[in-house]
Amino acid sequence: MPHDHMSPSGHPFRADDDVPLSYWQAMEIAVRELLIEKGVTTAAEIASQIDAMDARSPANGAQVVARIWTDPAFRAAMQQDASAATAAMGFDIGPMKLIAVENTDTLHNVVVCTLCSCYPRNLLGLPPDWYKSRAYRSRTVREPRAVLAEFGVTLPDNTEVRVHDSTADMRYIVIPTRPAGTDGWSRDDLARLVTRDSMIGTGRAKSPEGLAGTDRPT
Amino acid sequence: MTDNIPPFDGRRWHDMGGDTAQAVPKDQHDFSLWEKRVDALMILCSAKGHFTVDGLRRVLEDMPPESFETMTYYERWIASIGQNLVEAGVLTPAEIGQRMSEIQTRGATYGDATRG
Amino acid sequence: MGMRPVAEFVRVRADMPPGHIRTPAYLRGKVGVIERTLGPFPNPEQLAYRHTGTPLPLHRVRFTMQEIWGPQTETPHDTLEAEIYAHWLDPADAP
Repeated sequence: MPHDHMSPSGHPFRADDDVPLSYWQAMEIAVRELLIEKGVTTAAEIASQIDAMDARSPANGAQVVARIWTDPAFRAAMQQDASAATAAMGFDIGPMKLIAVENTDTLHNVVVCTLCSCYPRNLLGLPPDWYKSRAYRSRTVREPRAVLAEFGVTLPDNTEVRVHDSTADMRYIVIPTRPAGTDGWSRDDLARLVTRDSMIGTGRAKSPEGLAGTDRPT
Repeated sequence: MTDNIPPFDGRRWHDMGGDTAQAVPKDQHDFSLWEKRVDALMILCSAKGHFTVDGLRRVLEDMPPESFETMTYYERWIASIGQNLVEAGVLTPAEIGQRMSEIQTRGATYGDATRG
Repeated sequence: MGMRPVAEFVRVRADMPPGHIRTPAYLRGKVGVIERTLGPFPNPEQLAYRHTGTPLPLHRVRFTMQEIWGPQTETPHDTLEAEIYAHWLDPADAP
């Protein structure tokens, strides 16, 4: 089967889908087909849910960050009720509640879910594998600076590191500090500096020098 | 008699905050279509009220500790979804098992076996 | 159980119950301060077993790393915040 083969529903098979069918893959097919036959859901609904999932990416969160950097009223709204403020931008968090935690020159926030893998999916898409790993879940609450150093982030002693363990109904987005040399930049240009990792807390926003030449604002 | 196993203190294996561990692994896999379907089934079934994310998590936590190493993330999820749907009365083990047996005759790969 | 003022000192109960619990073990028995109160949210300990969840206040509690891990920890005055359901918190004296 060619690696670019599309499923009849229109979604592409990954190359690894050519490996022998596993027990759990057979279970997924069985559960999905039975649920459709029993009228619990439809193939179209499942495909639509996958499309919605694919459409969510860190670009959503980057838009929120760029707006916080440039719009004081929005920043205040985010501090008051981040769920409502982001919903007004079109990013609905559903029954969860969003909290935006802002980095400053003396405070660096980082988010983890020690108990499972809670993550602000509507703003950042699906979580990376490392976020769900035993090492990240175990170590970040105990030695956050060592973990951050593995991601290339080192912080001076006069900066407090604050770890947020996403244990219940809250979801967190870290608001990285706005890089220097970006005065007057458009919101879209600023959003390009905001990386996924900077919104989890394992990275910083890119500097203007960090953008590839063609990405720099004119 | 189980020698050399420390007495259980009540901390369950999934409750791993503070444990010692190695460097955070940075490799990232692309999500397969079947994994995205598992994720979608979870979202849809919970939205339709058949079970909650709490039930999903509870079944994941009740799996043996080695499952975290021997099963991938979405393998554990489909196992949990299946059990939650059985507990909800939506599916029976017999239905799932019989359909899986038929699926396993369709072909050698996921692409061969999936109809949609 | 119920509403608590921000900045009140609280101690996480050291109970070790069976079942689906959203209070991490590493915080049990530790003292922190209320950062804010949210909810109420239905109790996940009940939802996980297909029961109706009693609505409970959810408190964000801030701890110092020193309180959690002891004075030899990486950076004692770094902090950690977690969401703890009301029935897991008892009043505490300042440490």
